[in-house]
Amino acid sequence: MKRDDWKDNEYIDQLVEELNASGANVVVGTLDKLINWGRANSLWPLCFGTSCCAIEFMHLGAARHDMARFGFEVTRNSPRQADLLMVNGTITYRMAPVLMRLYEQMAEPKYVIATGSCNISGGPFIGSHCVVQGLDKLLPVDVWIPGCPPRPEAMYYGMMQLQRKIMTQKYFGGVNRQEKLKDFLAEHPEEAEGLK
Amino acid sequence: MNLQEKIASLCPSATFEEGEYLLVNVADKEWHSLAESLKKELGFDYLVSVTGVDWNESLGCMYYLTNTETNEKVSVKVATTDRENPMLHSVSDLWKVALIQEREVYDFFGIVFIGHPDMRRLFMRTDWVGYPLRKDYDANPELNPIRLDAEENEDDSFVVTEDENGKLTKTDYKIFSENDYVVNFGPQHPSTHGVMRLRSAVDGETITKVVPVCGYIHRGIEKLCEGKTYPQTLFFTDRMDYMSSCQNRHCLCLCIEKALGLEVPRRAQIIRVMFDELMRIGSHILAYGCMAMDMGATTAFVYGFREREQLMDIFEKTTGGRMSQHYHVIGGVAADVHPDFIKDVREFCAILPSKVKEYHTLVTGNVIFKNRTIGVGVIGKEDVISYGTSGPNGRASGWSCDVRKRAPYAIYNELNFDEVIYNEGDSFARYMVRMDEVMQSVKLLEQLCDMLEKEEGNEYIAPKVPKIIKLPAGHWFQEVEASRGAFGVYIESDGGKNPYRMHFNSPGLNHVAAVDKCCAGYKIADLITISASLDYVIPDIDR
Repeated sequence: MKRDDWKDNEYIDQLVEELNASGANVVVGTLDKLINWGRANSLWPLCFGTSCCAIEFMHLGAARHDMARFGFEVTRNSPRQADLLMVNGTITYRMAPVLMRLYEQMAEPKYVIATGSCNISGGPFIGSHCVVQGLDKLLPVDVWIPGCPPRPEAMYYGMMQLQRKIMTQKYFGGVNRQEKLKDFLAEHPEEAEGLK
Repeated sequence: MNLQEKIASLCPSATFEEGEYLLVNVADKEWHSLAESLKKELGFDYLVSVTGVDWNESLGCMYYLTNTETNEKVSVKVATTDRENPMLHSVSDLWKVALIQEREVYDFFGIVFIGHPDMRRLFMRTDWVGYPLRKDYDANPELNPIRLDAEENEDDSFVVTEDENGKLTKTDYKIFSENDYVVNFGPQHPSTHGVMRLRSAVDGETITKVVPVCGYIHRGIEKLCEGKTYPQTLFFTDRMDYMSSCQNRHCLCLCIEKALGLEVPRRAQIIRVMFDELMRIGSHILAYGCMAMDMGATTAFVYGFREREQLMDIFEKTTGGRMSQHYHVIGGVAADVHPDFIKDVREFCAILPSKVKEYHTLVTGNVIFKNRTIGVGVIGKEDVISYGTSGPNGRASGWSCDVRKRAPYAIYNELNFDEVIYNEGDSFARYMVRMDEVMQSVKLLEQLCDMLEKEEGNEYIAPKVPKIIKLPAGHWFQEVEASRGAFGVYIESDGGKNPYRMHFNSPGLNHVAAVDKCCAGYKIADLITISASLDYVIPDIDR
């Protein structure tokens, strides 16, 4: 691939700039920016490695690459200290309840990155009697990273996409927050009327 | 007197079939006594694999046995026609490896083993409906939805015993008694080498019993293979033990080639072995890094990965893949090596000895490391053979089990290398075997580079194999030395383009069976170092 062919997803940034230009509250807007800047650059991942992708994730933190540049280096082993659930590898039926429990133990705001083709659709194990055919069957996912397993650079790109998403959080809302809003509106139909 | 006559004199009712190895057909009620004499009189002390097969009219097992002195092999077929309540006699009292392998057969086929002390499901959830590898398995997703509640009754086990009159009694029991204090590790724990779950009963700080719980990454590969064509099944091997993906794939290729009677070009054979050895170095370096990291030495991990990255570049240049190469194909390799390949490998081989020295300086002489590994997790030679713990773990206990020496495949018989053997059987010996094997692989790679250069003249031609590969009816078994031990493939074909049954005999499963033996009597903190020194890869165990 040539360098010029590379298309970065800068449209999100541009969209935010446009929205900002058309009169957001200066004080709130700046504060939001500051909070999001901090959040996006200190993402602590919970390494939930089950198979091959986990080894490539280890490469991220090892000799050649430097996770600390992006603020990802504090990999946590406790869900209570983590912001980001990095699902590295296949999720099977036996693992699903464990994964869900860990996800529920994480504090808000929390984000999910699904790594590898197993998590996207079942990948090579499509049609298996005991592999969850796509992580979206269990969790709301923020970023998908394709590959079997994805190379470290791809993982970085995916994690940087998440940073972008976090930077724009006020306008678009995180996936999780949207889920909550849906639940809230279902419980309070009068609020939904008001929103219309 | 040849083997067949000897067995016929021991068990007159047995029938024989000639094949790759002698196949003995024996009725279930005579199987245990035959097994006993096979072990004690004929010296078949190593049970290589127990493979459950559903032959439609009957359910049963294929046993592959090896005599570790003479390297003689024999296979035994035991079957039952009862599909409602299939029962066979267990041989777990003779070969300890059957403890876990028969549990796998019970999980997949529902065959209950008489006399087996612990009949629980191994890979599937305890509340799973049906036995997935049976041909009449109901795959309706409504029967087995994704269950998000915790598993109940995971302690419940049963044992079926037989008295002299042949009367069977089933006794339920709990694997942990009420007085046991159980410490749970995993499945999500940073030091369990993946998603292994170990439940250990402790007395104070001393471990009395370890119960491994597998299946958290059981992906049903063997079941999936039955619906795939032979070239498609190759892709699963790279994802089982991803640290020895080339060797695994090599094994399956060899097995299919053996069935087809296919000749592999010499150049392809050299390239295959080169990739196997590169993979082995990568795996052992990672094992070194992870073992040190489990003990808190994070620096060693980074040093190990420095060389691993260089190795990944070599892989990537030729195959385009870092972890899953998909390079070995039926009949040869996918394409010729990159023009820089030999140069890169030579460079890598030149720097590696000095790097290994660096590893030793960093970790091996360290007092904390020595105290935590020397004399810890000791397992004897007889036990490793009984548990089938092959590979570096077996060689650390003095068992000469290297398949490359024992039953040379590809071009290993032309190569000059030593089998690394230590006799201590502790964690330190297991670690040292790996470090020394890296040096042996370097020695092999240097010879292989010379061989490949000599072959330089004849260009590599992609193998000519038919588009649709059909194996003749029959069954085959092939072993190779993967990074973690003897990896075996069993293929049963009915003549069609899909395998009737494909079984992968992974070394990791046997290592896990031996964890209890290694850990009992040591401190709970040693559990981490012992499992790190056994160096199992979980997708290899669960498949």
